Amino acid sequence: MKEITVVDALNEALREEMRRDENVVLLGEDIGKYWQGAFKVTKRLEEEFGAERVRDTPISENAIIGCAVGAAMTGLRPVAEIMFGDLVALAMDQICNQAAKLRYMSGGQVKVPIVVRMPFGAGGSYASHHSQSLEAWFVHIPGLKVVQPSNAYDAKGLLKSAIRDDNPVVFCEHKFVYGLKGTIPEEEYTVPLGKARVVREGTDITVIATSLMVNRALKAASALEEYGISCEVIDPRTLRPLDEEMLCNSAKKTGKVLIVHEACDTGGVSGEITKALVRGAFYYLDAVETLAGKDAPIPFAPVMERWVAPDEERIKRKVKEMVS
Amino acid sequence: MEDIEMYRKMLEIRKFEEKVYDLFTQNLIPGTMHLYIGEEAVAVGVCAALNPHDYITSTHRGHGHCIAKGASLQKMMAELFGKRTGYCKGKGGSMHITDKSIGMLGANAVVGGAIPIAVGAGLSCKLKYPERVTACFFGDGASNQGTFHEGINMAAVWNLPVIFVCENNMYAMGTRQSTIMKIEDISKRAAGYGIPGVTVDGNDVMAVYEAAKKAVLRARRGEGPSLIECKTYRHKGHSRFDPAKYRPEEEAAEWFARDPLVLFRRDLLSKGIPEEFFQKIEDKINAEIAEAVTFARESPLPEPEEALDDVWVVE
Repeated sequence: MKEITVVDALNEALREEMRRDENVVLLGEDIGKYWQGAFKVTKRLEEEFGAERVRDTPISENAIIGCAVGAAMTGLRPVAEIMFGDLVALAMDQICNQAAKLRYMSGGQVKVPIVVRMPFGAGGSYASHHSQSLEAWFVHIPGLKVVQPSNAYDAKGLLKSAIRDDNPVVFCEHKFVYGLKGTIPEEEYTVPLGKARVVREGTDITVIATSLMVNRALKAASALEEYGISCEVIDPRTLRPLDEEMLCNSAKKTGKVLIVHEACDTGGVSGEITKALVRGAFYYLDAVETLAGKDAPIPFAPVMERWVAPDEERIKRKVKEMVS
Repeated sequence: MEDIEMYRKMLEIRKFEEKVYDLFTQNLIPGTMHLYIGEEAVAVGVCAALNPHDYITSTHRGHGHCIAKGASLQKMMAELFGKRTGYCKGKGGSMHITDKSIGMLGANAVVGGAIPIAVGAGLSCKLKYPERVTACFFGDGASNQGTFHEGINMAAVWNLPVIFVCENNMYAMGTRQSTIMKIEDISKRAAGYGIPGVTVDGNDVMAVYEAAKKAVLRARRGEGPSLIECKTYRHKGHSRFDPAKYRPEEEAAEWFARDPLVLFRRDLLSKGIPEEFFQKIEDKINAEIAEAVTFARESPLPEPEEALDDVWVVE
C-alpha cells in the first residue's frame, strides 16, 4: 500500500491505461509538458507518451469533445479534459447530442468510448464561471455514464474503468478532492462503474453523499458519535448508472436518509436518489431529506462561497434533527 | 472512379431522391426530408477521389453522400420507412443514416455538428491509419457555426488529413447567403486557418473531382487539410413541402438549366458514349430502386420496446 493524493492517483490511472493501450490519447487545453494540466493531473505524461498522444488543444471546448467523439468512433480511446467543469457548457452539443446518441442513432453500429474529465466544485473563490457542480446535467442524458470520485482509491480505479468502458463517461473531479491523500495498493486494480460503497457503517441514519461531501459527511459522522448517533455513510461513486440496490438496502436498514451534494438543490441528483429510494424502499422509510448547495450561482467572496455549500456543521445539525 | 461510374452514381442519387419525394408525398415516409437533388456532383465528385476505407461525415441532407460512398439503397430506404432492416434499425431515419462498414460515419442533424467529429476521424487516420483520409461535408449555413472555426483550426494546426467540403447552395434554410455573410466565397475563410481554400463549380462533377483529388493527395502526404467550396443549388426546397418561394425565379431557372446530370451527360455524349448506354443505366437504377422500395415496404416494423436497444454498449 502507498499514500497518494487524488491528483496523483488520477495521473497513475492515465499513465497505466496509456501504457496498456496505445489507443488511449489525451486531449485538452494546457495538458502538455509546459503546464501539465491546470491541476497537474497530466503531469509528466507528455514526457513519456509524446505530443502525438498528449495533445495540447486550442481553447475550443466543442471541438475538443467533437474531436474525441470522431476519434473514438474510429478506434481511439480519447480522454478529454475540460479545464473547469463550467466550461463544459461550450461542449454540450458534442457530449449530449453526439457522444451520447451516435451509437443509438446508428442502430448500434458505432461505439463512442470517450472520457470527459472535468474539475468542478466551489471553494477557491473562482466565482461563478469556475466553480459549479454540473453532474446532474449529464445524469439526465441516456447514453452517458457519470462518475464522481471522493478519494484516491476510487479516483484511480474508477478512471481506469471509465477509460476501458465502451460508453461515453463524464468524469467529475472535485477540485478540493484533488489534494486529499489516501492509500491505494501498489498493484493494479480497477473499481467497477455503477457500484456504490459503504464508506462507514452505521445504524441510525444513512447519509448518501457525493464527492467532496463524502469527506464532510464522514467528519460529521465521527463528531456525531459523541451524541450517540450512528451514521452510515454511502458514496454512490457513479451517479449513472446509480447503484439503487445498495442505497435502498441501507435505507431499509436505517429508515432515515439524508442526501448531501454540493450541486444546487433544484434539479440535483438528490431528486433521482430520492426517486430510487421511494421506488425501492418506500415502506421502510421514515424520512428522506436533502442537504444541497443553495440555489444560486457560486459567489466570489469566501464568506458567501462557504455559505452556499453544505458543510460539516450543517450536516451534523440536519442529522441530529432527523434522528431526534 | 471512371466517368461512367460517376454518372451512374449521380443518377442513382437523383432517382433515389425522386422516389423518396414521391413516397413522402404519399405519406409512406414519416418525418421530414432534405433532398439532395441538384447537388449530386458534389458528393460524387468528392467520393470518387476517396478509397473505400476513407471516412466521410455528412449532414441533414445526407442521402447523396451515403450513395456516393457506396451505401445500400435497400437499407437506406428501409431506414426512411422506419423499418427494423434499415441502417439504424429505424432509430435514426433520414438525418442519421450511418454505414460504418463503408466509412460513412453518419449523417448529422445538428448543422455543423459533424465538423469536429471529422477532425477526430482525421486524428485516427493520422495516428492509426496513415493511409486513410476523412472528407467532411457541410453546408454554407454550417460555415457560420463555431464548430467550423474550432474544427478547421484544430485540423489545420495538427496537419490532419481532412478535406472540408462546403456545399454552398446559397441558402441557409430560407436565408440567402448575402443576408448573413459579408463574403461570397466561403473558401476565402481558409486563409484564416493557413490552409488552401478553393471555390469550384459544384455542378461540374469533374471540377469537384479534380479539386478533391488534389486535396486528398495533400492530405495523404501528411500536409494537412483543405477547404473546397462547391457552389451548387438544390432543386427542391429545404425540407418537406418547402416550395422555396424565397428564391428568385430567374435565379432558379438559371441553375436548373445547369443541372449537374444534364451537364455531365452532355460531356459524356461528346466523348462518344452512345445514347442507348444512358438508357441502360437508367433502367438498371430504376429496377434497383424499385427493389429497395419493395424491400423497405415488406420489411418488419421494429417492436416499440426496441426503442431501448443500443442506448448503451452492454458487455
